[in-house]
Amino acid sequence: MSRTNSESFERIPLYSDLPFYRKQKRIALRNCGLINPDHIDEYIYREGYFALASALKSMAPEEVLAEVKTSGLRGRGGGGFPTGLKWEFCRKSPGNKKYVICNADEGDPGAFMDRSILEGDPHALIEGMILGAYAMGADEGYIYCRAEYPLAITRLGLAIAQCEEYGLLGDRIMDTDFSFNLHIKEGAGAFVCGEETALMASIEGERGMPRPRPPFPANKGLWGKPSNINNVETWANVPNIIRNGGSWYASIGTEKSKGTKVFALTGKINRTGLVEVPMGTTIREIVFEMGDGIIDGRGFKAVQIGGPSGGCLTEEHLDLPVDYESLTAAGAIMGSGGLVVMDEDTCMVDIARFFLEFTQRESCGKCVPCREGTKQMLLTLEKITSGKGAMKDLDTLEKLAVMVKEMSLCGLGQTAPNPVLTTLRYFRNEYEAHIRDKKCPAKACSALISFVIDKEKCRKCGLCAKNCPVSCIAGDRNTPYVVDQDRCIKCGTCIEVCPFQAVSKE
Amino acid sequence: MKIRGIEDLEAIKERSGDLTMSGTRGKTRVILGMGTCGIAAGAHRVEEVLIRELKEHDLSDVVVEYTGCIGMCQKEPLLDVVRPGEPRITYGPVAPEDVPRIVAEHVAAGVVVEDKSIGRID
Repeated sequence: MSRTNSESFERIPLYSDLPFYRKQKRIALRNCGLINPDHIDEYIYREGYFALASALKSMAPEEVLAEVKTSGLRGRGGGGFPTGLKWEFCRKSPGNKKYVICNADEGDPGAFMDRSILEGDPHALIEGMILGAYAMGADEGYIYCRAEYPLAITRLGLAIAQCEEYGLLGDRIMDTDFSFNLHIKEGAGAFVCGEETALMASIEGERGMPRPRPPFPANKGLWGKPSNINNVETWANVPNIIRNGGSWYASIGTEKSKGTKVFALTGKINRTGLVEVPMGTTIREIVFEMGDGIIDGRGFKAVQIGGPSGGCLTEEHLDLPVDYESLTAAGAIMGSGGLVVMDEDTCMVDIARFFLEFTQRESCGKCVPCREGTKQMLLTLEKITSGKGAMKDLDTLEKLAVMVKEMSLCGLGQTAPNPVLTTLRYFRNEYEAHIRDKKCPAKACSALISFVIDKEKCRKCGLCAKNCPVSCIAGDRNTPYVVDQDRCIKCGTCIEVCPFQAVSKE
Repeated sequence: MKIRGIEDLEAIKERSGDLTMSGTRGKTRVILGMGTCGIAAGAHRVEEVLIRELKEHDLSDVVVEYTGCIGMCQKEPLLDVVRPGEPRITYGPVAPEDVPRIVAEHVAAGVVVEDKSIGRID
């Protein structure tokens, strides 16, 4: 290498010095982007399956379980239930036939944490599942992956075939008495199938609907047998916990939330992407350091954390450390890790309506509170965003939200009101403006805004009238142009085409 | 081959490598981010031009590799170049038009295309 060359290399920042990566700690994503996911040997090069070998050869199943308990790992799919404890329930549950299941039914809008692990490092979750099966005494496993992830399914299938070839799956793994087989089940993309009992029903070929618990899957799960379900990211953490010890993992994070969490950063943010940070990192660090702040230097308004079942947090929460307890206390949830950033042009009432529209559509309809409650909530929100709301609607909305939250059968209904409840809590003034003043402060709700042409600024060029799709702008060379408010469809084309910034939203 | 224990894994580790470990195999590698995010951003078109350019420069011993999402979705499509004994350099966002320059300057001649680079892994 010539001298000039090595200097030019040094001018390019190291990944570890980039603002995007500097504060990240990659455990679940440790191999993503660094290996070819189709080559098992590259995973092994990075000491993949070493944890499995040492567990099978020198650890009793109870010892593997003990390490996971020590690690403090909690369910990364959103529930946050201690993984070790969940495993222990399944292990202690009587029966010879047990299942382990991977929930890869990632369905939150804007979430792609699991997809990147499935596509970038499928062996990490497979090794985690084999370790879990060994610890719990299971001999069969399923990966439930949504069919909308075709690339993930292809790579998983290849990874499983490679494991079978190497004898890492199948009978008598590594010459021990432990046998384990793994299958892929493609889901049809119903959001509710991310709920564990609905997911198992779907594997069994039944309609994907939740059922009451107890009995919990640990006692009566897939085909009535003791089963354990964990999410992709949870499983992907397990090999490193066994390799480095539970206390190593427990040394990362906060008092009650150990380890790291992967977040998918999206929305009005400069650097969208996937970050893995130690628990306890603040929202400010994630949004402003890793994400580089808001697009076009606009003001930060809120962040929706935890997907459609999560909540909207405001500027005052920016220094909140991200862990299960503090997020729940603020009315949001950790969820699976979707983080949607919103700027000052976002209407919070409309956001609540958007997420509720999603959960309402995905409600399976089995229980009344979720089926009817979310429907009534959505209608109320639509009434408000279209300017027909009354102040008493806010009380109705709040009452319905609490009822749906408390009475629904499964997690979908129990969390669906969160966006409504948090926006009512932190942005009540916006709701009131929609109702009382018939104004949308963010100027986003089309029923409550009008497009107006400033007579002074208008140079009578006629571009707006020419481009208006409903021809509702009139004027000529001598008369300033005027929008006919009754016929205007509020598409915003006039604002975009006016060369003189004479059109504004009011 | 069946893996029977840690010794077999050590043996595989010994003879394999990961994408950044190009030096050990003495070959230059070009790595494309081929997660759904990279593909959606146009990684397949970048790949087409890359293969054509490598042929034109008679660089048939350069290995084209694939990897998953490294996290910087905003910068996809990502393309990395590693020459033997040198750091791995990430470029992005890479348009098909950028590929000829990266191949001619970095892959063939070893000069980093600084204005397109994002970061390096030593």
